[in-house]
Amino acid sequence: MQSTSRTFKQNAHDALADAQLQKALSKMRPGFQQKRADVVAKLPEFEDLRDRGRDIKNHVLEHLDYYLERFEENVTRHGGKVHWCRNAEEARQTIMEICRSVDAKTVTKGKSMVAEEIGLNEYLEEHGVEPIETDLGEYIIQLRGEPPSHIIAPAIHVNKEQVVEAFREKHTDLPPNRPLEEVGDITDEARTQLRPKYFAADVGITGANFLIAETGSTVIVTNEGNGDLTQTLAKAHVVVASLEKIVPTLEDASSILRLLARSATGQEFSVYTTFSSGPRRGEDLDGPEEFHVVLLDNGRSAMLGTEYQEMLRCIRCSACMNHCPVYAAVGGHAYGWVYPGPMGAVLTPSLIGIDEAGHLPNASTFCGRCEQVCPMRIPLPKMMRHYRAKEYREGKTTPQVRTGLRLWSYFVKRPWLYRQSAKLGAALLGFLGGRKGRIATLPLASGWTSVRDMPAPEGRTFQQLYRMSGHGKAGGRR
Amino acid sequence: MSASVKARPRVGLFVTCLVDLFRPTVGFAAISLLEKAGCDVSVPESQTCCGQPTFNSGDFSDSRDIAANVIAAFEEFDYVVAPSGSCAGMIREHYPELFEDDPAMALRAQHLAKRTYELTSFLVDVMGLEETGAAFDGKVTYHDSCSGLRELEVKAQPRKLLNKVDGLKITELPGAEICCGFGGTFCVKYPEISDKMVTQKAEEIVATGADHLLAGDLGCLLNMGGKLKRLGAPTKVRHVAEVLAGMTDGPAIGEGES
Repeated sequence: MQSTSRTFKQNAHDALADAQLQKALSKMRPGFQQKRADVVAKLPEFEDLRDRGRDIKNHVLEHLDYYLERFEENVTRHGGKVHWCRNAEEARQTIMEICRSVDAKTVTKGKSMVAEEIGLNEYLEEHGVEPIETDLGEYIIQLRGEPPSHIIAPAIHVNKEQVVEAFREKHTDLPPNRPLEEVGDITDEARTQLRPKYFAADVGITGANFLIAETGSTVIVTNEGNGDLTQTLAKAHVVVASLEKIVPTLEDASSILRLLARSATGQEFSVYTTFSSGPRRGEDLDGPEEFHVVLLDNGRSAMLGTEYQEMLRCIRCSACMNHCPVYAAVGGHAYGWVYPGPMGAVLTPSLIGIDEAGHLPNASTFCGRCEQVCPMRIPLPKMMRHYRAKEYREGKTTPQVRTGLRLWSYFVKRPWLYRQSAKLGAALLGFLGGRKGRIATLPLASGWTSVRDMPAPEGRTFQQLYRMSGHGKAGGRR
Repeated sequence: MSASVKARPRVGLFVTCLVDLFRPTVGFAAISLLEKAGCDVSVPESQTCCGQPTFNSGDFSDSRDIAANVIAAFEEFDYVVAPSGSCAGMIREHYPELFEDDPAMALRAQHLAKRTYELTSFLVDVMGLEETGAAFDGKVTYHDSCSGLRELEVKAQPRKLLNKVDGLKITELPGAEICCGFGGTFCVKYPEISDKMVTQKAEEIVATGADHLLAGDLGCLLNMGGKLKRLGAPTKVRHVAEVLAGMTDGPAIGEGES
């Protein structure tokens, strides 16, 4: 996927001016946040589970090669095949070769962020294979020709009217008089369109929430059941997953599954949780004839052993973005690549570099809510700060910010000078505030005063008043 | 915890640069509250800033110098108290982290971190203060500033003390735990996003019908106060310490003498 993270500021400006988007975003907060809070409150061991989830993933990341090799052995034992892909190009080509080998015309797809990451749909189309998204949200944005704006609710930015508009335009067999008033009408229409596609598809592509080393199984969770139809009805099932999705055992997967739906949608469990272990066996009634796992690195192994390794614990639940006030203000498209919100602010620069995505770790108030709700206890603000430090070290911090910081620390490191200038500053700003006690325009602080007044200082600094009041003597001069 | 506190603990007040520059009243209110709770309060003259601006901008080298200055200025005291969750959080959570590669400094940072508190948390959790004896005739709402709330678990303490203030009524602010959009340099680096956040916050504050907004961090208060004034809202804005200490005679934040 082509990134527009460089223009985050402009993207955010556009998003803030989009009235429809703002309306959609304002509905998000009460829904996701309340549901998560309710379901977490009902599970006394939730905090212990978070520790367990963190520990499982930390262990795996320390022994990633071992578990990936066990996984491959077990997939092979069940008659499947693992394809190791270093980057997006290798993954796309591998999937295309599988499609060619079964002479595929169409593929159905369950929702997969990794497929977005490698730009799979565009690639398949360019090579004569039609991809059909089967998750309702993904299907809607595919019709609209846009990327997802959220990792579990990809069309959260779209309203009902826009869905109907897309259906009326793209479903050529839809009678103009067929009502699409209710949500039920809309899902019925989507179903009508998608049902025959499942049967016609030669290949079904899904992502994976987990890869289980001890069994060679892949796991997907959905609420629509579309993933199951995608992977069982086609001739070949291709699982495209990044390598950090591995867990050692079935039990480990179960522990983390208990965190996933609760953190994501506030459900105790998702409606469908499906384990796939290899292709159809002799006695099976259905299932694919071929089972392929496309295992993608694409920059992740380079995160191992760095300040960013902990990011690889992420289970893509979206709790961080559901609670992030910046995401709530600008939505997912503003982040400019596959992964939005706080997790994207760390993952995106890790995968495509800070030159491309340097804005993202900066566009955070460090309010800490993302870390507070992250089921895997990923220290997101800390890692964003590490990116800011990397920028600073490499001289990529903007000249204005760099100059400002240098000036600030020059004074702060010299207490006597600091006190004198604070006195002057307080007096000057106090004077500018005048009888009103606030300043409406201040050229050097236009970022502040463009949107809010600057409350004026009281006129004298605390230190000044404190010494004048005679208090200072006891405190000792330094 | 309060049982182990010695008769008159020596407290070094970390004034914070924003209080020093913008709102000395908060510093005097903090001294009054600490003395009422039975502390000997000193204000080291060599303190400047806790280092958050440089730290959060990724300038760790200057942050270490600034932190070393704070450590030297305060390590002689039994406790360090700041009328700010984010500055206390900086000392408690981030100073030890800053000196990870310098064992001697890390030890000093850890010692200081353990003895550093946000003001209301110190009064309630350490000194066992039940009430401040203040009176305030008004309906207030309270914003939980992010760092104090999430780094130091400051939530119940200010409410506990406010509930004992004679004449004061608290109306809870919906979304009180959601960031106001200040975020230090964030508000000037991304003014449009910050504006969206603080506008929503201001609307929610006005909708409570409270005549005063209180919080424990001056950065957030300047942000929310500045927005409320720009919107022409009648809500007055004060630091929680001013109300708890009964120092509410002067103009509220962003207001003049007239």
